[in-house]
Amino acid sequence: MELFRNVNIDWMGKAKYFVALSLFLLIAGWVSIYRTVVVKHGTLYGIDFRGGTLVYVRFAGPPPIDQLRKGLQQAGLANSTIQGISDTQNVGSKNDVVIGLEQSSSDQSLDAGKQKILDVLHATFGGGASGKPDFNSATPADVASDLTRRDPLLLGTNAGDRYNQLASRLTAARDSDHGGIVTSFDQLRSVEGVTPAVASALSNDYSLSDFAIRDAEIVGPRVGAQLRRQAVLATLYALGGMLVYIALRFEWVYGAAAVIAVFHDVLITLGFFSLFHYEISLTVIAALLTLVGYSMNDTIVIFDRVRENLRLMKRETYPEIVNKSINQTLSRTILTSGLTFLTVVVLWLMGGEVLRAFSFAMVIGVMVGTYSSFGIAAPIVVVWNKYYGGRGTTVRAGSAADKRVVAAARR
Amino acid sequence: MNPQLKWKFVLILLVLLVCIFGVIGLPNAPTSLAQVRNNLGDRIHLGLDLKGGSHLVLQVQLEEAIAQHCDETVDELKNQLRSKNVGVGEIREVDDTHILVRNVESTFTGAFRDIINSQFTDWTMGPAAGETSGYLLTMKPSVIADIRQTTMNQTLETITRRINALGLTEPTIAFTGRSDDEILVQLPGVGDPTAAKEVIRAGGQLQLVRVADGPFVSEPEALAKYGGVLPPGTVLVPGRPESSGPSQPSGTVYYVLDKVPVVTGQDLRNADASPSTDNPGFYEVGFKLSTAAAGRFGTFTEQQAAIGGRMAVVLDRQVYEAATIKSRIEDSGRITGSFSQESAQDLALVLRAGALPASIKYLEERTVGPSLGADSIREGVRASIGSMIVVMIFLVIYYRLSGVNAVVALILNLVILVAFMAYLGAVLTLPGIAGVILTIGMGVDSNVLVFERIREELRNGKVAAPAVETGFDRAFLTIIDTHVTTVVSAIFLFLFGTGPVRGFAVTLVIGLSANLFTSIYVSRAIFDYHLSKMDRQAQLSI
Repeated sequence: MELFRNVNIDWMGKAKYFVALSLFLLIAGWVSIYRTVVVKHGTLYGIDFRGGTLVYVRFAGPPPIDQLRKGLQQAGLANSTIQGISDTQNVGSKNDVVIGLEQSSSDQSLDAGKQKILDVLHATFGGGASGKPDFNSATPADVASDLTRRDPLLLGTNAGDRYNQLASRLTAARDSDHGGIVTSFDQLRSVEGVTPAVASALSNDYSLSDFAIRDAEIVGPRVGAQLRRQAVLATLYALGGMLVYIALRFEWVYGAAAVIAVFHDVLITLGFFSLFHYEISLTVIAALLTLVGYSMNDTIVIFDRVRENLRLMKRETYPEIVNKSINQTLSRTILTSGLTFLTVVVLWLMGGEVLRAFSFAMVIGVMVGTYSSFGIAAPIVVVWNKYYGGRGTTVRAGSAADKRVVAAARR
Repeated sequence: MNPQLKWKFVLILLVLLVCIFGVIGLPNAPTSLAQVRNNLGDRIHLGLDLKGGSHLVLQVQLEEAIAQHCDETVDELKNQLRSKNVGVGEIREVDDTHILVRNVESTFTGAFRDIINSQFTDWTMGPAAGETSGYLLTMKPSVIADIRQTTMNQTLETITRRINALGLTEPTIAFTGRSDDEILVQLPGVGDPTAAKEVIRAGGQLQLVRVADGPFVSEPEALAKYGGVLPPGTVLVPGRPESSGPSQPSGTVYYVLDKVPVVTGQDLRNADASPSTDNPGFYEVGFKLSTAAAGRFGTFTEQQAAIGGRMAVVLDRQVYEAATIKSRIEDSGRITGSFSQESAQDLALVLRAGALPASIKYLEERTVGPSLGADSIREGVRASIGSMIVVMIFLVIYYRLSGVNAVVALILNLVILVAFMAYLGAVLTLPGIAGVILTIGMGVDSNVLVFERIREELRNGKVAAPAVETGFDRAFLTIIDTHVTTVVSAIFLFLFGTGPVRGFAVTLVIGLSANLFTSIYVSRAIFDYHLSKMDRQAQLSI
């Protein structure tokens, strides 16, 4: 099967449209960022870079948001935010809620906010009532020591490891099969080794809440600033490293063009983040750096072909060679980008809430990164070559590096 | 098959065997499917985000250790000057690293300089600005760096001992590397870190001290008795509010204590929690002293008992108990207070593990519940496998038999990646799974590059064998360039990134290296084998 054969598109002749499209996307995104940050005094940063407290809670049924908000207000947490998570793929997660709290400098201890939120949850939605600990927040070790003490299977000194294994199975069933929340001990009857005696021992010692803490994150202000600085540094160093490598393998203008193109990709992706109200977290930084690598990959494939064609085609002008190179690699570009795009879309839709922002960055990044290779990087080289390069219409002598490389290719 | 090609396949097979062994053959030779699964779980280390657990970053208050060194120096200096009869006007700490000595009498200037130069080598001496006969002592930068280093090492050791005593599985305690005063503690499987945090943070500085005076109901009252200045060598220490038993006045009280303790936590031989004898329902912590300290303590208590002296048990600068000494006490004592069984056990543990050289502050706390970890793994793996299958089906449809070749290379790539992670003990995190997915993407790209190039050569009229050869040769350079560029950026990510970003970089570097092997070496070998079997003029299935 072949989809693209002998395409002949004048890419460089359309460069001005590409530049216009890029400008449009850049302006749209950055106007949105400007509105968020300057006009609304908001922030694009997620908790990693901003500092603060986030508690992810899953409820057994539809989340009682009003009740929760009232409870939080009574505890003096009126400035907290409550946000529902909707995950179309995961049925359980439509009952998930994120409670957020800004970092307040008056808190003596880092986790004061988290403790208050937990207290409100327990007070409002049960669990820990009547002095019994909450089964939904018990660890396997807790359950094991409880079962060993109660000894519902009457194993006595022969118990050995059996209660530990039973406890692991019980908590695993809770976490994997019931999404972390057991609302009745009867739900655990299907677990291997659970007898009525075990179930009654559990119900004697544990209460059941209507919620489970899925995840809690607290980041102090100092860490936020540190992570911010580190992320920016890592990005800049990575870009610098790639610039140097490409400059060594090709010419510096290729390196510069590639770096400008990926920088453009990052700026546009950040704009999209703001437009779609995603937050920038540590994993998003990983995604941004991935798309930098990905876009760079795409650009290098085209530049490689340009370098090769410069040696082979003696009569064509430089823009013609670039056009030809893009057309020759177009099939590969579309295939690879298409498959990568497919992969990240699957990840975006099925990868779960934790990978959502990451895969969103990649979905945007793959599109923008593919486009910027021929829409931005190639035109930059062409324009530079028009004014400063040796080959407008005449044959341009390859650099020493070119000759080495081509010699190697023909080996 | 020609011999060269045969050796290529031997090498590939060898790599495959080593990798499979690395993933499922260790630690025990598998005899059943269940054991294969166990081995797999044992060899692939999951990060906290997939396994559930707590992640804490804490900051050691290093300036406290430096300030303490300064305090000790001032005391030592005063003693030295007194014993050598060197008269000075005033010795004062300017800040944590500077000591001002004012009005050194002119006859003693030489003696003073001698003492500083011979006994206080941690300090540099200079004239004090605005003072005629004053000196400013400055702590040497090398000494400050040394104190910071020692304090960090001691803190790490102490926290490690404490966490190990808690009996948790596979905890990680390490420097974060992003700032020189931070320590990272990871506790897999711990869904609520509150108890562990208390144990880590507890100062554990135990002192047995002579009580000079008190109790006073407030600080001003105590100071008023001494005209605003406490007697030399004493400090004012608050009592523990909860500890006020029936014999003590309620509310926070203050004691005037000797600055130098008779016994400190370092003199402990053991500490244990036991039910309280005087306070039914509560617990207390009993401790035993080392032999050397016991002798000292015995002498002290005997002297004090004769004059009706009192002694205080001070923990982390709070008086837990102040009592009259009735008789000589040799080697044991106890800390009472309204402890629950857990808190008494935790305190005993902290005392056994030793005191922290400086207090700590929490900077970051992340807890991933086990259910979220289970979901993430399921969704991440499901998404990866799902997208991989779609990609593979597409490759086979689009490139036919050559596509099968690419699929083999991709699977081998994945096996090598997993095996290397197992051998290196690398931790698989969620961003790591993303790294795996991108590795697959790059692997697909390499194959596509080669195949498209072969097709081009075929279109230009070449027959199968030379077309394959040129295709691989031409694409080789491009593949090297794209991979090296990405590896360069991944290395920078690893060097300058943190936690999740690093996990991503590690999988990417391993995956890309494996990809170079599979998409160039292995894929080429399969093509060569296929070409050696078919007729020279036959069509290539691509």
